[in-house]
Amino acid sequence: MTERFFAEKSYRQLLKNMIEVENLSKTFKVYHHRKGFFGSFVNLFSRKHRIVQAVDNVSFSIKRGEVVGYLGPNGAGKSTTIKMLTGILVPTSGRVSVNGYIPHRQRKENAKHIGVVFGQRSHLWFDLPVQESFELLQRIYRIPQTQYDQNVEMFDALLDIGAFFQTPVRQLSLGQRMRADLAAALLHNPEVLFLDEPTIGLDVVAKARIRQFIQQINAERQVTVVLTTHDLDDVEKLCKRVILIDKARLCFDGELAALRRLLSTERILSVDYAETYSDISIPKAHVTYREGNRVQYRFAPEEVSTADLIGAILQKFKIVDISVQEPDIEELIKTVYEDNTALEQKFTETDTLDLTNRNT
Amino acid sequence: MHHLALYLHFVKLRIRSQMAYRLSFVFDLFSQASISVIDFFMIALLFNRFKELAGWSLWEVGFLYGMIGVCFAVAEMIGRGFDVFQNSVMRGDFDTILIRPLGTFFQVFSQDFLLRRVGRFSQAFIILLIANSQLTISWSFVKVGYLLVSLVSGTCFFIGLFVIGATSCFWTVQSIEIINIFTHGGTFMGGYPFSIYRCWFRHFFTFIVPLACVNYFPSLFLLEKVASSGVSSFGVYLAPFAGFLFLSITVLFWRWGVLHYQSTGH
Repeated sequence: MTERFFAEKSYRQLLKNMIEVENLSKTFKVYHHRKGFFGSFVNLFSRKHRIVQAVDNVSFSIKRGEVVGYLGPNGAGKSTTIKMLTGILVPTSGRVSVNGYIPHRQRKENAKHIGVVFGQRSHLWFDLPVQESFELLQRIYRIPQTQYDQNVEMFDALLDIGAFFQTPVRQLSLGQRMRADLAAALLHNPEVLFLDEPTIGLDVVAKARIRQFIQQINAERQVTVVLTTHDLDDVEKLCKRVILIDKARLCFDGELAALRRLLSTERILSVDYAETYSDISIPKAHVTYREGNRVQYRFAPEEVSTADLIGAILQKFKIVDISVQEPDIEELIKTVYEDNTALEQKFTETDTLDLTNRNT
Repeated sequence: MHHLALYLHFVKLRIRSQMAYRLSFVFDLFSQASISVIDFFMIALLFNRFKELAGWSLWEVGFLYGMIGVCFAVAEMIGRGFDVFQNSVMRGDFDTILIRPLGTFFQVFSQDFLLRRVGRFSQAFIILLIANSQLTISWSFVKVGYLLVSLVSGTCFFIGLFVIGATSCFWTVQSIEIINIFTHGGTFMGGYPFSIYRCWFRHFFTFIVPLACVNYFPSLFLLEKVASSGVSSFGVYLAPFAGFLFLSITVLFWRWGVLHYQSTGH
């Protein structure tokens, strides 16, 4: 028994990729509902529906211990992907494997090795105090007492769950509830943690605390983390790698820095002039903003180097201050959402990217 | 063993939280019980005028009524998770069930336990006891065993109906109301001897939805009315197993339905 257990365990640890997704698609049938008594009877036999493609031919793989941001606008198919990885939904086609398990076929086995947190909804028992919820989870996952005690102690130190350990879940504040849910998802020492909007609606302090906790868990326990979020601070603080999905399709997979490089073809130069000039035009740069003596130019680094541009300005004008900015991630991702065909093209053409993570 | 211990633990937690609102609990208990009494009182009024119904006396009908009442009350008490399953689907709570390393059927089954159905149960049980005292049933070891198996099987039958209603939620989200025809309507129909109904109706509620196997056929055997009813005695021996078979089929239906769960908010 134990021998088999260790053999099995070492086999799984040899797997290079924690998560493998290949040509994954999910379509939903959205039924037309009739109301009322008679309508519900007709609903049983009627097949009137339309088909919605939620995930379309998505492939990626994630290595053990990685922290990956899975990003996309509302309705892009993020949650649907997460739900297929956690065994909640059955894929329409394609292959999924998490830690060597096929989530929808080996749902219970898979469930033992993953932790799931949905920011929008608690997985705890609403009318039970946190402690009793945890003890129930201990029974459900058959967590040994020593492991349980160690974990509760650690989560108390990191998330201060002791402060509300006896409070019923329904009475917790949003921040407390998130901390309780995070701790609950990690009680059974899962190897993968799926976080769906873990910082939604939280204040700055609470967000920072949760990010720090995720970082620490990843570093100390080698837990693989898949994170979906709308909060780009989360991504910048936690994820080296991002996967971007839009309109059900994958449109970028690579390092965050590469995404930035790929998209930041334009930079912004802000200048505070010492005097008011009537003509402030500079060749190869466009004025995008002007208020008093402060002017912003947009320029493409391929056309003119930053040094040349600053040189040109200094020749003509007196300045107080000057700075160059790259557009922030939020801006970048917005351009992707608005027009991902351009990015897709660049993405497939470019060879500067780290493509080892892609299955294609 | 792990599952049984877990189930008992869940039940303990549910009961404790329901007892937290003690006054409301007691009030519910009595209102439940009185509804049941009024129901039977209506039947008794009928007998005040007609003396007998298709060869059945008042207390023989009381026996029928008590049996189906006990089965339905217990089914509502323990099968509550399936009865109110549409709420779970609408709230998306079923997601939580799917991420736990336990079977879905077991989890929904142990999700709720409606203690206040004890009121309805005890009323039906008391009517069963009174009927027994008014009738002269020659109880034997076989008959007691037969009764117990029938009651468990009948409870399984009603849970099976709840499971069908719950499974339909995977497609329609809202539970289909027609299941109530069979549950609440079924307990009402089952309060009368099936020989008063039309032939196609009897066949439907024997072979498709085996409502008649819950109390009618068992009562024929226990009250020794098999010969006069024209029902085959072989069928009467098989009847107490119909509920188990019915539940087993609905469990398969459930498993198939789970694969079609669409969750909420993709």
